[in-house]
Amino acid sequence: MQLQCSDVSLGYEGKVIMEHLNFTVNQGDYLYIVGENGAGKSTLMKTILGLRSPLAGTISFSEGLQQTEIGYLPQQTLVQRDFPASVGEVVMSGLLNKRGIRPYYNKEEKKRVHQIMERLEILDLKKKCYRDLSGGQQQRVLLCRALCATEKMLLLDEPVAGLDPKITAQMYELIADLNGEGITVIMISHDMNAACLYAAHILHIAHRPLFFGTKEEYLNTEIGRAFTEVARQEGERTWDS
Amino acid sequence: MGQLVEYLSYPFVRYAFIVGVLIALTSALLGVPLVLKRFSFIGDGLSHVAFGAMAVAAVLNVTNQMIIIFPITVAAAIILLKGSQNTKIKGDASLAMISVGALAIGYLLLNKFSTSTNISGDVCTTLFGSTSILTLNSFDVWICVIMSLVVLLLFFFCYHKIFSVTFDEDFARATGTRADGYNLLIAVITATVIVLAMKLVGSLLISALIIFPAISAMGVIKSFRGVLVLAAIFSVFSALIGMILSLLVSTPVGATIVSVNIVVFGLTRLYGLVRR
Repeated sequence: MQLQCSDVSLGYEGKVIMEHLNFTVNQGDYLYIVGENGAGKSTLMKTILGLRSPLAGTISFSEGLQQTEIGYLPQQTLVQRDFPASVGEVVMSGLLNKRGIRPYYNKEEKKRVHQIMERLEILDLKKKCYRDLSGGQQQRVLLCRALCATEKMLLLDEPVAGLDPKITAQMYELIADLNGEGITVIMISHDMNAACLYAAHILHIAHRPLFFGTKEEYLNTEIGRAFTEVARQEGERTWDS
Repeated sequence: MGQLVEYLSYPFVRYAFIVGVLIALTSALLGVPLVLKRFSFIGDGLSHVAFGAMAVAAVLNVTNQMIIIFPITVAAAIILLKGSQNTKIKGDASLAMISVGALAIGYLLLNKFSTSTNISGDVCTTLFGSTSILTLNSFDVWICVIMSLVVLLLFFFCYHKIFSVTFDEDFARATGTRADGYNLLIAVITATVIVLAMKLVGSLLISALIIFPAISAMGVIKSFRGVLVLAAIFSVFSALIGMILSLLVSTPVGATIVSVNIVVFGLTRLYGLVRR
């Protein structure tokens, strides 16, 4: 078990937005966190990362995983969209926590960055300016940075938001491949079709925990069927328009 | 040219040049993360607070005004930074209140209680800078040198952390960087630079030294490191040209430096248009 949430309550400024949340994540798992907008998905993710503290309950890490060793792909902020930084600089910042107080990166670390960029096929973008990239390329760069920060667990907050269908599919395949290589993946998503295709486990929240279990179990529950049906219809509508 | 060489033979002119270049360098470096984090308004607010603090110091008639100006400005920097992170109070409104409030109270104090015979001259000097750059003593110069060294060392040793915290604070914190500490450090150093820069360009014009070089550099260069270096170059260049011009044609030094910064900014925009 890498991550365990026991009886966690989430919220901010004293306002509780979710209570009694329990789930566990094992090494190599692929967990989708689904739910409506504002259900507390991003707050949950930030709590796992230690950016917020839970109002109650405990989040514990084991099997050699430290809280600061999680690779995180956040939703993009407006600031980043016009930030003057080269792709190399952005990716490199993922390694920061491994370096301690040494002010600059050594050869080994640069080699690791090189390998990961090669793996994600963004090596040719290294000298390019981050703000000049397409949305899909930017997400790939941020995923690359997240991979530099971890060898164990990725937390992805809507990694395909705003990407076109072809790039979205490539992104999903890439994440599934990484999961196949043994990295635990926890992803927030609206995309139930992708969840049905890729997830091993599903956590459905709506201000309270509604379901946690494997995908197969989820699709057999009433809420699971209802939610996937809604998502499917919404998907069809977006395609039609 | 001969005139310039003659001026430079006076130690107080040399002091002015040393301090001017160092302040231009440090404010440009600090300006890059401040502008990118959308914190440039903090520089502006702090400069007004520094004016208010200066008025308090003048009224109390202390010999070394720094003793009063410095702690007040640093405290304001910390409060402004915390305030901008608090979503409950409108960050920009509270900032405007602090900065205009400090201006008003500062002027009120000076007008009512100052022992000086030339109040409007004093106020104008503090707001827009003036010949006070030529009244620096070697103590001022040393403070400036030490402060600049601190800033340079900070950027040298913490370059990657500053980048990470500026680009994506959540990610930096999630991977174990103490982002709050860095924000605080940057705010405190900004306050220090502003207090020092008051003598050079006056408190109303300081934020120009922080913002213009950063924005100009961002228009031309596409990497964070490059922006830092180019902002420093632009800023030092503008300060030198501005100071030389103001000596030769006797214009107010602060306003001249800022004007050169504006010209540089215009040229970088033009370059951006031509290249496109």
